[in-house]
Amino acid sequence: MIPSIGELALILAFILAIIQGTLPLVGVWKNQTTLMNLAVPTARAQSLLILISFAVLMYAFYANDFSVLYVTSTSNSQLPLMYRLAAVWGGHEGSMLLWVAILSIWTIAVTIFANNLPDSFRIRLIAVMGLVSVGFLAFILFTSNPFDRLIPAALDGRDLNPLLQDPGMVFHPPVLYMGYVGFSVAFAFAIAALLDGTLDNAWARWTRPWTTVAWLFLTLGIAFGSKWAYYELGWGGWWFWDAVENASFMPWLVGTALIHSLAVTEKRGAFKVWTVLLSICAFSLSLLGTFLVRSGVLTSVHAFATDPSRGLFILLYLVIVIGGALLLFALRAPNVGLGEKFGVVSRESFLLANNVVLAAAAASVLLGTMYPLLIDALGGGKISVGPPYFDAVFVAIMAPGLFLMGLGPLAKWKKASIPEIGTRLKLAAVISVVSALLVPSVMGKITLMAAVGVFMGVWILSTTLILLQKRITTKQVAGASLMDNLKAIPLAFYGMLLAHLGVGVFVLGVTLVKGYESEQDLRMEVNDVAKIGDLEFTFKGSKKVQGPNYTSSQGTFIVSENTKEIAMLYPEKRFYPVQGATMTEADIEPGVLKDVYVSLGEPLEKGAWSVRIYIKPFVQWIWAGCIIMALGGLLALLDKRYRIANKNPNKSAQEAF
Amino acid sequence: MKKLIILTFFFTHFFVAAYAGQAKPISDDPALEARLKAMSQELRCLVCQNSTLADSDAPLAEDLRKEIRTQMRAGKSDQEIVDYLVARYGDFVRFRPPVNNATAILWFGPFLLLFVGGFVLYRVLKKQAREGDIRAKDE
Amino acid sequence: MNRTLKFLIPLALFLVAVGFLFKGLFLNPREVPSPLVGKPAPTFTAPILGEAGKKFNSKDMQGQVWLLNVWASWCAACRDEHPLLMQMAETKRIATYGLAYKDVDADAQQVLIAMGNPYNKVITDADGKIGIDYGVYGVPETYLIDKAGVIRYKHIGPLTPEVLLNKIVPLLKELGV
Repeated sequence: MIPSIGELALILAFILAIIQGTLPLVGVWKNQTTLMNLAVPTARAQSLLILISFAVLMYAFYANDFSVLYVTSTSNSQLPLMYRLAAVWGGHEGSMLLWVAILSIWTIAVTIFANNLPDSFRIRLIAVMGLVSVGFLAFILFTSNPFDRLIPAALDGRDLNPLLQDPGMVFHPPVLYMGYVGFSVAFAFAIAALLDGTLDNAWARWTRPWTTVAWLFLTLGIAFGSKWAYYELGWGGWWFWDAVENASFMPWLVGTALIHSLAVTEKRGAFKVWTVLLSICAFSLSLLGTFLVRSGVLTSVHAFATDPSRGLFILLYLVIVIGGALLLFALRAPNVGLGEKFGVVSRESFLLANNVVLAAAAASVLLGTMYPLLIDALGGGKISVGPPYFDAVFVAIMAPGLFLMGLGPLAKWKKASIPEIGTRLKLAAVISVVSALLVPSVMGKITLMAAVGVFMGVWILSTTLILLQKRITTKQVAGASLMDNLKAIPLAFYGMLLAHLGVGVFVLGVTLVKGYESEQDLRMEVNDVAKIGDLEFTFKGSKKVQGPNYTSSQGTFIVSENTKEIAMLYPEKRFYPVQGATMTEADIEPGVLKDVYVSLGEPLEKGAWSVRIYIKPFVQWIWAGCIIMALGGLLALLDKRYRIANKNPNKSAQEAF
Repeated sequence: MKKLIILTFFFTHFFVAAYAGQAKPISDDPALEARLKAMSQELRCLVCQNSTLADSDAPLAEDLRKEIRTQMRAGKSDQEIVDYLVARYGDFVRFRPPVNNATAILWFGPFLLLFVGGFVLYRVLKKQAREGDIRAKDE
Repeated sequence: MNRTLKFLIPLALFLVAVGFLFKGLFLNPREVPSPLVGKPAPTFTAPILGEAGKKFNSKDMQGQVWLLNVWASWCAACRDEHPLLMQMAETKRIATYGLAYKDVDADAQQVLIAMGNPYNKVITDADGKIGIDYGVYGVPETYLIDKAGVIRYKHIGPLTPEVLLNKIVPLLKELGV
């Protein structure tokens, strides 16, 4: 009975979303307050109903209700509770419900925090969010209903894919979707502004915090996914340029560009058309990602069982939402005025140059992802575009962008001079060049890639720190302490510094792990010792371990460095009987300078095993860099200039009179 | 009795000592293995489709690795071996698509976009700079 | 460029992309066409199942149109196409040779005893070497080879009546069989 409540809630939400997406728009157009006033209550009720239906589905998983088809196909009574709850988004239907559930969280947030906007703009914003919701709810109800019943109920479920039975499954999808779906708010701001004709500096200021929150979540979501793949797949890879990874990476690149162009638009009211286009693109790429994963047009490890009618439905939705948005853009953009002017060399121009780089980078990812489909559709047969392509093209395009990152923040607003920036950066250049030569030789092998990568990483870190120092000295108040000077700097500035430092840390991590990781395939008998550099691995044999829903062979390894024991590692080979799947669970001793990564291969005769040992220098810096970037986003959000909830402008106007 | 204990101690210790050894590489030719690894990381496993030939456990991947080893021992160059695979499975096996007319946009499009984008931006800014008086703003 | 037209570029690009996505919905990303179609079939000599000591030489097939059906006893999908192969065998229209791919002889024979033998001969490819030469990546696969020894058609996955009627039979007619 309970699952029907979930379905009913979804149907009601669908109806309310239609009202939310249409009548208030008519209200603004005809200036009818009654209709306009529908926006907030319908939005909240709609969102609440979706959350109820999500909770109902979660309860069905909790209670092992195998009369629900979806529960039967992705869960099992033996599955530990944590994974049963995460199994809610372990399949297609539930992922879609998670998508709208997160959209409803964003919708509620907009109705609460976006109260500082002019009424007509706010109503349009909420209505556009409603329209986005309508499409997805229709998709769920008509093609992917997670509440479809199974009569008679199954005795037990077919289990969650063992690959997904991991704490990563609990956090990665919701956080990633928070980012993905969060760009819908920036999108709705853009559409509302185009409808309203109020594309101005204020619009950019309103959009910024929402974009930053979405970007922050997306950054974390991608980082979690990467970390998860790193320890779960058993061979220490952390990024594969898989279609689905690319689908989350493209909105990130465009979102990053958007954050920077919003800065220019807010300051100068310039490049509004470009900024609004980026807002549309960021969310469009999120939707495209959803299409790519759900329709099965691309081969991907992430693709669930697919169905062309679903693909057709999403495609239709894309055409309406993105096509409609771009059409509106084409109609309204010619009337958008130009903003203030600024110099060819200025902070603004550097920010926009960054946009060119990020857009080209996103285009390379998009091309690489779609090209096999393109060639196939044109009858050119099947080709593959994989890591070697992206490593070559994407990296080559990003490199100048990373270099500019060092220059841009030091340029003055409106008009800067290159010689002046140059003198500011002499020290950074020296430090970076020295590191580029020194670090690779310390690591044992000098290669061009490593030298360039280290240069870029150190360049970003050193220029960012110089920026902080300059900021303190140019703005300091006579007699004020260092602490006071530091406090006087707005949080948004620290946010930028931190995000840039994060990129530097990330670049160093990627460079060093790519350049200096090592791998050994060994045959180890009990008590065998493997020496790799200063490290010694002693295999103490394996034993059978019984897990909650699997059996496992668990190896024991003693790791010592310069004869001092530093870790015990217990890699496992697990067998999940319900799906008949074998999984490799590596064990890792993480460290600031290197990770030691051991995974079991196959059992050999007499208790011996084939064993893979990886040394991954600085690999943790990759995720640390992402977390630092996200923290930068958080600081920027806390800046009082961007407090999402502000005083009501209508009221302050009254006060002014 | 005591003698027996000592003897047992001696034997168990002796055996453990004899048993503990250096772990051996799985392959007897690590250099070849490294070459195989480097090469197979750019090749697609056809059965599992999204993993590389290097990282796949599928039986066909194992067979193909074996075939590549044989050909490497026979003195074939990397290019010859890749050609051998492409002749059988098509360009689909290569994660690095060949550069040809059909892939020109793929390989050069992004760079073209970078240059055109940079050029357009420069033009717009230059035009702007000619039109107005712009002063630096320190902040 | 006209000012308004410029702003239509994003929409135009998007619509082109939609066109490709739409087309993509009807393509199978898992099916990899063989570059061997239209090329001479790789030649091989291999043992014949159940005929100890005898060898099959693919060169002996010159002058004949024949099907090479790659199958295995461990392949579940191969059971799906087996009845169809049996029906085809009854018509005696086309010589069909089985390639027992990476199989154990006894297991392969077991299947033929249980389900019937639709093949003129079954060739064994225990180490999968012939399979690699033919670019086999998923069993079952079926190759149509003409009198000159050229591969004219390859089907990946179990044969279906549709494939037989729409692809193979017209080709056979064209080849004069």
